[in-house]
Amino acid sequence: MLITQLKQKEAIESLVQGKTLILNCHGCKEVHFPEEEAVELQKELSANGDVTAIVTTDYICNPDHLALQLKKHMDTISAGDTVLVFSCGVGVQTAAKYLEDKKVFSACDTYPLPGFQGVTPLEFDCGQCGECYLNYTGGICPITACSKSLVNGQCGGSKNGKCEVDKDMDCGWELIYRKLEKQKKLDTLNYPTKIRNYGNPDAE
Amino acid sequence: MRITELFQRGEFVVTAEVGPPKGFHIEHLIEEANTFLKDKVHAINVTDNQSSVMRLGSLATCKVLQEQGLTSIFQLTCRDRNRIALQSDVLSAALLGIENLLLLTGDYTTLGDNPQAKPVFDLDSVSLLHMVKKLEQGEDLAGNPLVGEPPKFAKGAVVSPCSDSVDVQLAKMEAKVKAGAEYFQTQAVYEPEKFIRFMEKAKQFGVPVQLGIVIPKNAGMAKYMNANVAGISVPQDMIEELQKDKEKTKAGITGVEISARIIRECKDYCQGVHIMALGWESKVPDILAQAGM
Repeated sequence: MLITQLKQKEAIESLVQGKTLILNCHGCKEVHFPEEEAVELQKELSANGDVTAIVTTDYICNPDHLALQLKKHMDTISAGDTVLVFSCGVGVQTAAKYLEDKKVFSACDTYPLPGFQGVTPLEFDCGQCGECYLNYTGGICPITACSKSLVNGQCGGSKNGKCEVDKDMDCGWELIYRKLEKQKKLDTLNYPTKIRNYGNPDAE
Repeated sequence: MRITELFQRGEFVVTAEVGPPKGFHIEHLIEEANTFLKDKVHAINVTDNQSSVMRLGSLATCKVLQEQGLTSIFQLTCRDRNRIALQSDVLSAALLGIENLLLLTGDYTTLGDNPQAKPVFDLDSVSLLHMVKKLEQGEDLAGNPLVGEPPKFAKGAVVSPCSDSVDVQLAKMEAKVKAGAEYFQTQAVYEPEKFIRFMEKAKQFGVPVQLGIVIPKNAGMAKYMNANVAGISVPQDMIEELQKDKEKTKAGITGVEISARIIRECKDYCQGVHIMALGWESKVPDILAQAGM
């Protein structure tokens, strides 16, 4: 089971950048999602920011299902700037890949609990680190896409865009950099030095 | 002596590298360092279980070099130690009079000779620089105060100027400078034009850069590096140069000539040179002489 916890209110408010569509995922029974808290917060976000729509659906970790669910909202998304996702890390990554021209942000941090982990990975994996990095890295997870789980950029082991550990594996930081470059959002990487917190008893 | 003081004086800083043996007998290493490196280089890097191959420790080897009157550079990676051990080892270095650090992420464990080992990577090269800066400010990474005068180091880092993703490497270099890097040593350079283009972009950070040299021993080594080592590409004409006269190459003369030529072509664009001889420490004096050092 996973617990998806809302990030700090101020952090979420800073993610409503321009015309923003909010995407909620209430798919898995195995993911605890703070529904009431999220509804209250999203009311406030709508009152104070330019929220164009609130879409609540399920299983956004399945790319085909996500595409189908977003079909009737694509005009709104295309005309907007940001998609703010309330889901586990896999859902955010799937949305970021599908909406690759948009800023896709995570409003949540995901923690693991023992037991079944929900309907998830087709292509992406969530490290359940409890301090979601996806908002800094273009929606590509540095914990699971980088062999060393580096959070401050590419190591010296990338060759032809592949990882030193496995020549068939893409370098996660190469993917992150190229995506942000394409979006002209490389300044996103100018954050102060990040240090993982392994002290949280809930985080993996 | 901190090598940052040399950069500040405008000196062209020359360093070499030794790799500790797989055992604790280092008479041979000391003899080579005294014979070929003393008075020829400003400082000597000691690698930290290089390529994830288990060896004698870098810190102890640095101490032994210091006792010989040599200035050492303690290489420290994040592969084998968590932040408690890293901080403790940096304080130990200060106690032992080691004032130069080279701070790296480290190769992945499975590339080495103990591939079953747990990869640590609690910190990375950037947060490791930040960690040392915090210690210099008198507190540990968690903010707890240190007792007494804080340590002071020359904090070094690495960058790959000939990487096929040089822009991604420059972004990382910038993060390292912001985290406290005071000098850089580069991955091996075989393409001076690429290095010079890199330096045009890197000079904006205002931090000294030492050109990295790995002596090419033969064509096989060059081809191996092209296929397997990140950030290195040896041009085809250089491989042919190594193949042309096999006796001359075997004697090390070709490798020395190539290394000296690269230094001559690049030295006006950088602030020093770092020679990784990989067992050919005896060639270092010839390279420096031919490069006009």
